[in-house]
Amino acid sequence: MNSILKNTMKVASLLSAALLSSSFLAGSALAAGGAGPEVKRQEWSFGGFNGQYDKAQLQRGFGVYKEVCASCHGLKLLSYRNLVQKGGPEFSKEQALAIAKEATVVDGVNEDGEPNERPGKLSDRFQGPFKNEAEARSANNGAYPPDFSVLAKARTIHRHVPWYTEPYWWAYDMITAYEEKGADYIYALLTNYSTPPNGVVLGDGMNYNKYFPGHQIAMANPLTDDAVEYTDGTPTTAAQHAKDVTAFMAWAAEPHLNERKNMGKRVQIYLLIFALLLFLAKKSVWSRQKH
Amino acid sequence: MSDHSSSYVPSNAVTRWLDERLPIIRLMYDSFIVFPTPRNLNYLWTFGGILTFCLVVQIITGIVLAMHFVAHGDHAFASVEHIMRDVNWGDLIRYTHAVGASMFFFAAYVHLFRGLYYGSYKSPREIIWIFGVVILLLMIITAFMGYSLVWGQMSFWAVTVITNLFTAIPFVGETITQWIWGGYSVGDPTLNRLFSLHYLFPFIIAALVGLHIWALHVVGSNNPTGVDVKTEKDTVSFFPFYVIKDGFAVVLFMLLFSWFVFYAPNYLGHSDNFIEANPLQTPPHIVPEWYFLPFYAILRAIPDKLLGVIAMVAAIVVLFVIPWLDTSKIRSVSNRPLFKPFFWLFVVTCLALGYLGSKNPEGYYLISSQLFTAYYFIFFLVIMPVVGLIETPKELPDSITEAVEGKSGKEGASS
Repeated sequence: MNSILKNTMKVASLLSAALLSSSFLAGSALAAGGAGPEVKRQEWSFGGFNGQYDKAQLQRGFGVYKEVCASCHGLKLLSYRNLVQKGGPEFSKEQALAIAKEATVVDGVNEDGEPNERPGKLSDRFQGPFKNEAEARSANNGAYPPDFSVLAKARTIHRHVPWYTEPYWWAYDMITAYEEKGADYIYALLTNYSTPPNGVVLGDGMNYNKYFPGHQIAMANPLTDDAVEYTDGTPTTAAQHAKDVTAFMAWAAEPHLNERKNMGKRVQIYLLIFALLLFLAKKSVWSRQKH
Repeated sequence: MSDHSSSYVPSNAVTRWLDERLPIIRLMYDSFIVFPTPRNLNYLWTFGGILTFCLVVQIITGIVLAMHFVAHGDHAFASVEHIMRDVNWGDLIRYTHAVGASMFFFAAYVHLFRGLYYGSYKSPREIIWIFGVVILLLMIITAFMGYSLVWGQMSFWAVTVITNLFTAIPFVGETITQWIWGGYSVGDPTLNRLFSLHYLFPFIIAALVGLHIWALHVVGSNNPTGVDVKTEKDTVSFFPFYVIKDGFAVVLFMLLFSWFVFYAPNYLGHSDNFIEANPLQTPPHIVPEWYFLPFYAILRAIPDKLLGVIAMVAAIVVLFVIPWLDTSKIRSVSNRPLFKPFFWLFVVTCLALGYLGSKNPEGYYLISSQLFTAYYFIFFLVIMPVVGLIETPKELPDSITEAVEGKSGKEGASS
């Protein structure tokens, strides 16, 4: 009985926010999220209200994907033709075709009834590194490298803030159109491999990363300085590689973002003018009201 | 208002001919042109029109999406991505539909709380209210089924969690659940029937909206004072006064709507739903879309599965009977000083339950959920009947005109 009373008292204090100690909040937030340190919001060219992809960055990012990531991670929802389309890396048709031709595509059966293999075309989907999940797992110490197509939207971050400030952060994220949480998480993950802290024992073949849920990740640190050559003079640091490939993944997950945000501005200006006209019309109509 | 004489006069031979056979223009004219509407409605009353707009948007975008969607466990997720990538304007159509569901619920909740605050459920508007609650219930089912069609992790596991609730029914629970699934677990047959019903229900909602508006046009709109319309001076014709006001409000609503569609289309969604459904892997946190969170909090506030389900269902069913639970003689909460704080505490309770629905039901979160759930029901079952009996309401204005123009307006009218 005493404990019920005590609990009720505690709840009462929870409801009156002022009585809350920050240590309790931090503790409960960690217990609920369990993910690790706070992920910092990065500056992305495609972030926010005015965001647009940086074509050069997407091209570099594709380079990183192709040289480093593609040996394990697929991109099955994209086609080679997407590399040409507006609002993306905008490779030339020839460049994209050259990329497609490097892949071998199974297309129906030949006259002997055997699978017909041919070089890729622009209309083909990206060919993945593995035939199926079982092969992927057996090649990766039992772990399954996730497909990149929508991965940048399939990850998110959790803010560790006191509960009574959460509505503020919801409003803040809404007003600043913060849609890059997945990108921020991926960037944080790629740039924060480290040796495990004292007392943490890693599983066989596992690596320590404080941003990964559970902190043990099967993927070894994939990016090192100068891992990929850039032709546009951008420094080839590991952090830059991470940033570029993350931008590329964001584009892969949301390929029509440029077009959408541009159109949004036109739609909203139209609606604003329309609203203003309707407001004036409304005022004029209501002034006609008989008294 | 329930005036049966119509002032419509067909203007030419064709409309006269039509009017004698099918007086549909007369119906439109009486309902949306000359319909007498209280002159003092505030902007909260524009949400009826906004909701009609939402329903139309959902149906139009939904019909287009259905042209491209594949209701099959192996293809549903990819077909949604096909819409996002390869269908002309497909990303905008889909985002409008997905954001539209949230906007629809936002507007519905404003509309519902407006009705609660101004006592719009009270006599003679009980039927309007009951149809409103039926529409809300169908909206909840429709939105839930629509979310499942994406066939992401959150879709799949939400369906699993919710359909599993039927197993709580004694004796026949297992059988009913398997009947709903069309198998021994959530799978292809489940997805197909969810798609079929998701396409059907909006049209039932549209029909019920017709009845909702019909019933409204028999007794007329309530108004912020809660005082009945007494003379013609208390009203204005629906056109142009409320057509222009509702139109303005709809455009403001579109500005909010388009903010999400164009700049933050995934803000209201959940990142786990971009992972394809995997029956072998449960996501760490299964949470519904934001508009279900208060009900989800009530479900999980009670540790017993069957009782939790009963509480969640009761949270909606109780809305049906509030016209008879409320014993107040007057309608508007603004004139009810004793009831007012209880009403606002109820609003806070619903928001708090929404917040708690997104958290794991453990520790303080669980206890808070239980307290707020208790208040949710106490508000309807105890406070509404009791406070109405003991409270002395503020003095009401004699008429709507007096409320708008002050006493002098009344004197002007009598002289």
